[in-house]
Amino acid sequence: MRKVYLDHAATSPVLEEVIQTTCPYFNELYGNASSLHQFGRKAKEALENAREQVSGALGAEPDEIYFNSGGSESDNQAIIGTFHKKKDQGNHIIISEIEHPAILDSAKYLNERFGAKITLIPVDSEGIVDPNDVQETITKDTILVSIMHANNEIGTIQPIEEIGKILSDHQALFHTDAVQTYGKIPVNVEKLGVDLLSISAHKLGGPKGVGALYIKKETEIDALIHGGGHERKMRSGTENVAGIVGLAKATEIASKNLKKETDRQIQLRDTLIKSILQIEDSWLNGHPTKRLPNNANFGFKYIEGEGILLKLDMKGIAASTGSACSSHSLEPSHVLTAIGLSAEDAHGSLRLTLGPKNTKEDISYAIETVTEVVEQLRSMSPFSKSNPYQVHSDQGH
Amino acid sequence: MYTEKVIDHFSNPRNMGEIEDADGVGKVGNPACGDVMYLYIKVKDEKISDIKFKTMGCAAAIATSSMITELAKGKPLSEAEKISKADVAEALEGLPPIKMHCSNLAADALHEAIKDYKGKQK
Repeated sequence: MRKVYLDHAATSPVLEEVIQTTCPYFNELYGNASSLHQFGRKAKEALENAREQVSGALGAEPDEIYFNSGGSESDNQAIIGTFHKKKDQGNHIIISEIEHPAILDSAKYLNERFGAKITLIPVDSEGIVDPNDVQETITKDTILVSIMHANNEIGTIQPIEEIGKILSDHQALFHTDAVQTYGKIPVNVEKLGVDLLSISAHKLGGPKGVGALYIKKETEIDALIHGGGHERKMRSGTENVAGIVGLAKATEIASKNLKKETDRQIQLRDTLIKSILQIEDSWLNGHPTKRLPNNANFGFKYIEGEGILLKLDMKGIAASTGSACSSHSLEPSHVLTAIGLSAEDAHGSLRLTLGPKNTKEDISYAIETVTEVVEQLRSMSPFSKSNPYQVHSDQGH
Repeated sequence: MYTEKVIDHFSNPRNMGEIEDADGVGKVGNPACGDVMYLYIKVKDEKISDIKFKTMGCAAAIATSSMITELAKGKPLSEAEKISKADVAEALEGLPPIKMHCSNLAADALHEAIKDYKGKQK
């Protein structure tokens, strides 16, 4: 069966070059980077080279990069570490409504356990945060603003630079979750005007379980993981050199191919979007142009997302959805809700995200199969244009 | 997550469709929850002579709709009325706990259809 993986926003296959570069760090160059002997020194050298690679890609200094276990940990440290360091200055944190759960739940945790005041900035119908809303919400008690660079579900890219300018004179730290943009569009910490930034390896062909937090020089936040004082006391724990080397290699490859690959993916993405939107009663979620090169998120009336995914899966296509039926909470995606979709409309959503190995043929196959699947599910559905959504009973979910 | 039986009923649903001159129709569910079932029955000699469904929902919703039509078709009304969500889940060889409410919906749709039929008889 033909297999077409279109869920790169969830995770990506590790690139062959990355695997080759990483392998020796398991059984040849396996030393603990803190050890004094040659095994350790070799590992340390690899660690610091990786640091330079990553900092270079971000336009940062090597000692502003702190390796850890990934995007979630970076997000947690940005929120929780900032709060604990700055809580004498204030206790107000501003985040957008469409942040990743690692940000939302960290903020919720601080609110419930430590009384932090959290303001959620709404987004417009295309998922964009208005910098003026941020401006109007800042108070003398604000210690942190966190707005994601691009949203993982609908792909919308935020005006981070503008928000950075607004915050440049304020005491509050500015964090952005760049997990979905790093390696896909240019990410430069100075241009963005951020103090903190999260990245993750497995979204760009690196291994899972490794990422980094950028912390601008002279910016102070608390560590979450204490112990041996690794990463300049900001993140203790024996360094995952193999993983970190993997992150650096994936970064190098992505940086080298950035412009070419971005253009290629945008073409494929736009072909996909144009064709899928020919299906009746379908629409695109997120901004049409200010969106990640690899992200296409659709809504289809009268059918449900998990059903779409399973039928696609049976045809070898991997994708994802914002439908409640596929989540553990039975709530539809908070992102789709934030852009104004009704619960009904949020259920019929499909996210397709491209990667470097996807071809024109993959896209054609996806278009053909999605069209077929939507038709099949619509033939099973009680709803249609002539019989629109109505409530018949409320089930005790 | 799903048993082979569920996948089978999802991919090859039995009795999918509408009955225009149905003797009883059961409509249950809430599109905001992502789960709605319409069940149509034809009754002859107090037996369910024909039964069809239309469902908007996940694989479990579609599979439970399909299964309940199989369980109810040809049965006397008195028996069909007793078909429970547990019967549907068992016939499907199990549903993940989070999806049990879908079997609830199927049983409710059948009972609503029978109720509708009886109501029309009065």
